[in-house]
Amino acid sequence: MKQATEREQLTRTDETPILLTEEARRFTEEVIRRSGERVDWCYQCGKCTAGCPVAFAMDIEPSRIMRLVQLGQSERVLKSKAIWLCVGCQTCTTRCPQEIDTAKVMDTLREMALEREVAADKEVVTFFRSFLDNIRRYGRVFEPTLVLQYNLRSGHLLQDADKGPLMLSKGKLPLRPSRNGAIVRKIFDALGGRKR
Amino acid sequence: MTAYAYFPGCSAHGTAKEYDRSTQSVCAKLGIELEEIPDWVCCGASPAHAVNHLLSLALVAKNLDLSPSDTIVTGCAACYNRFKTTVHALQHDRPLWEQVKQIVQPTKLNGRDFRVLHLLEVIHEFGLEEVKERVVKPLKGLKVACYYGCLLVRPPKVMGFDDPDNPKKMDELVAAIGAEPVEWEFKTECCGAFHAVPHPEIVLRLTSNILRAAKDAGADVVSVTCPMCQINLDLRQLDIQKRHKVTFNMPVLYFTQLLGLALGINESELGFDKLIVDPQPILKGKGLM
Repeated sequence: MKQATEREQLTRTDETPILLTEEARRFTEEVIRRSGERVDWCYQCGKCTAGCPVAFAMDIEPSRIMRLVQLGQSERVLKSKAIWLCVGCQTCTTRCPQEIDTAKVMDTLREMALEREVAADKEVVTFFRSFLDNIRRYGRVFEPTLVLQYNLRSGHLLQDADKGPLMLSKGKLPLRPSRNGAIVRKIFDALGGRKR
Repeated sequence: MTAYAYFPGCSAHGTAKEYDRSTQSVCAKLGIELEEIPDWVCCGASPAHAVNHLLSLALVAKNLDLSPSDTIVTGCAACYNRFKTTVHALQHDRPLWEQVKQIVQPTKLNGRDFRVLHLLEVIHEFGLEEVKERVVKPLKGLKVACYYGCLLVRPPKVMGFDDPDNPKKMDELVAAIGAEPVEWEFKTECCGAFHAVPHPEIVLRLTSNILRAAKDAGADVVSVTCPMCQINLDLRQLDIQKRHKVTFNMPVLYFTQLLGLALGINESELGFDKLIVDPQPILKGKGLM
């Protein structure tokens, strides 16, 4: 009998508002404002998850991330690995029937996770930092020190150790870095010295 | 012929030297004038936009400001995507653009209307019929899987490159130079991009699927338009062999290398020896080298 009541509840056709705490609502609004995307329009069709090439590795799939944002679940969203596994392939953005730029929402969520210092995927964060430090220093990516810095910072010391000599023998590694670092540093500085 | 401003992208001086080299040779041969943007800097690629939207726009805006021409061409799909996205923002979001200008302090941006092209589009602008007329060595019998990846075609509203699900521009070029483009379903599937460093296992899984599809479609080689796709599909075959015990031995060439070969450009200028999976046995086998 109890089951039937629950079922009745779930299939009610009138609006059943979900009450959000003030904090939860603020989170939803912040994501919408900063990304410029109407996350609240998502009706859970699941196309983003179906097309996502890395959904198999995610702890929370893209469509569920969208639902959690609607529900103001900042902890679960910002501490997820999923937002760092998103590779920016834009398949979700291309297919969303509500024309939500899902990949851009992921960008916003990463920005917010870094600001709150809760980023959960050490490897991706370390790679992004190493990359941005690299161009800040040289102006253009200088692969040899980028890989070295990533390996040192991430603790994956021997990752791709076999690739260096091979690439070198193929003449596929630059020998000298670019000297346009000052141009890029000026941009970073103008952004308020925000290193990320 | 008008000069195009050329943005080589960071890989052009490192892992994709053969792409840059073959691009320069092909364009010289066709009389397409490329003028490198002086003092260009990294477009920020994925890491910039992934963590700081303004930074990603500012890096590209700086390059636009430095550009000697309003028409900019790049061979890298990722750079192309960042440039197009930024120009789109410039045209559609004035308040955001004002913020970017404050950061970059441009001196030569006002009133300019930029066009961003991928090198493949430049070849199309030159004309496939004209290319055909200049072919001295048709790539007869070579079956090519044209791989476009993500960033050339998506999101279609901003890129406007081609059919986002079944792009044809590279297939048409490959056919124009006498090779045979194969029908296959992985043209725009993701290679895993930057995850090659933080999560290589993701890239191995995705590239395995792409290479298997190319092989199943009967392709002799894969042709690409992006240095990141190239390195993921080519270099990572070593790890696929080690970890998954599968050997594809599938050469992954830049489309400019195939085009150069057909135009009769000296092989030493096309850098086939720089590829990890050697394409020479298959090319020699078909009597093309």
